[in-house]
Amino acid sequence: MVMLAQNFIPPLTWIYQQAIAWARIIASIALFIGLISLVRVHTTKLKRKVAGSQYSYVTLFALCYMMLAGLLTRYHFFVWLHDKSDAGSTGDYIVSVFENAFNFQELFLNIQIPIQATMFSLLAFFIASAAFRAFKARTFEATLLLIAATIVMLGRVPLGQMIPGISEITTWILEVPNTAAKRGIMIGVGLGMSSTALKIMLGIERTYLGMKD
Amino acid sequence: MSFLRFLLRMDRRLVFVLVALAVVTPLIMPLNLPIEVTQPVRQLHTAIDRLAARSRPVIVSVDYDPSTVPELMPMTLAVLRHCFSKEIPVIVTTMLPAGAGLARDAMETVGREYPNLSYGTDYVYMGYKPGYMLVMLGIGEDFHQTYPSDGFGTPSSELPILKNVKNYDDIAMVVDFTGTQAYEIWIMFAHQKYGCKVGAGVTAVMASDAYPYLNAGQLEGLLGGLSGAAEYEKLIDKPGDATVGMDAQSVVHILVIILIILGNVAYFATRREGHTTQTAARQRGGRE
Repeated sequence: MVMLAQNFIPPLTWIYQQAIAWARIIASIALFIGLISLVRVHTTKLKRKVAGSQYSYVTLFALCYMMLAGLLTRYHFFVWLHDKSDAGSTGDYIVSVFENAFNFQELFLNIQIPIQATMFSLLAFFIASAAFRAFKARTFEATLLLIAATIVMLGRVPLGQMIPGISEITTWILEVPNTAAKRGIMIGVGLGMSSTALKIMLGIERTYLGMKD
Repeated sequence: MSFLRFLLRMDRRLVFVLVALAVVTPLIMPLNLPIEVTQPVRQLHTAIDRLAARSRPVIVSVDYDPSTVPELMPMTLAVLRHCFSKEIPVIVTTMLPAGAGLARDAMETVGREYPNLSYGTDYVYMGYKPGYMLVMLGIGEDFHQTYPSDGFGTPSSELPILKNVKNYDDIAMVVDFTGTQAYEIWIMFAHQKYGCKVGAGVTAVMASDAYPYLNAGQLEGLLGGLSGAAEYEKLIDKPGDATVGMDAQSVVHILVIILIILGNVAYFATRREGHTTQTAARQRGGRE
């Protein structure tokens, strides 16, 4: 209610500014809660020795390694070590080896990106297989969807755009029926959110406090 | 009929092999298909193109993780190249933890291509900040309080590019690249509350969701998937990964369409055959 009021009463704007600052701090703390939760889940798995628990070692190792790499890079630990050692000496060479092994950005670019991109790319294979097996014109609605999907798929790639008129039909599908349907859904969701917010503010909806009504 | 039966019982691994061939072949032997620029892409290009050199900065928000890199990184690079070539100051940021490395990589990749521009004066990397809408609202109140330092720990007050940036009034535009609904939050807060222009680049499957905002004028322009990126590359005349990838995407789309048609033909033909067999059996049963 205070946040609502500050919108109309300019002297209360400082409350809004303070709330934003505090909420940002809370959001940062949420990251730590996530971290603690991840560690707890995997240590529990390891203790109970459930099936596939060996992967928890990988997760925890990767977590610790990346955290260490991030901290060492952020606080310029290797730059400090380089300064302490003589240029070209064996010590300097060893520091360089560790610097490369704990280079956070390089680890991210060369390990995490290929892994995640590969996982997501597998979708192309499954989508093609699923489309072949399940995308059937069984009903009128399914037929409409199938025709629209085929046209949009053609209209979004150069090979399909060579067919006269396909680009125009694709644009029309996206801008007219698609937009109309999306707007309907969005207005419905918006009204639902507003009514729920009102119910909470007026004390009608109290289940979030653990009460039954 | 045997062919149709084969289609219905086809091992899905055969489909996987066909998809793999459809992706790899055009990458090895490019078809160099012509790319047609669509209106939403042209709109974003025009909006950025109208900004004056060394004017107010553009915020480029890299709100995606490595899973959507093949689609979203080419468009991020294309927009950054456009801004850098016009000497428009750029503030690179991210609202996702996994986006931090990508944002930095995109900025450094394009930064290397423009040695005449310098870090801190012409472009800056602000790193990751948690809390999506809180960060967006915070920028509207006080940029320096929200980002006291850049992504490398340099105080924001020491960076020339940020000296005159107080809030959205000092930002020319926000361009959000995302595989999430982050662009909607930028629209809600940066555009609706503070009146800042917003453009978006999203994955192909999400592009249809963004059309209502585009038609309402809440989005300056929209890049949808790899095709959007390829179109932008064409507009700035700097072909990149998206242009190369469009050949593969074309062939895969055609393959999927052929598979859908074959699947439907086989389904209806065998269903009719099944129906005819059942009717004949029923007729035989009646005679007996």
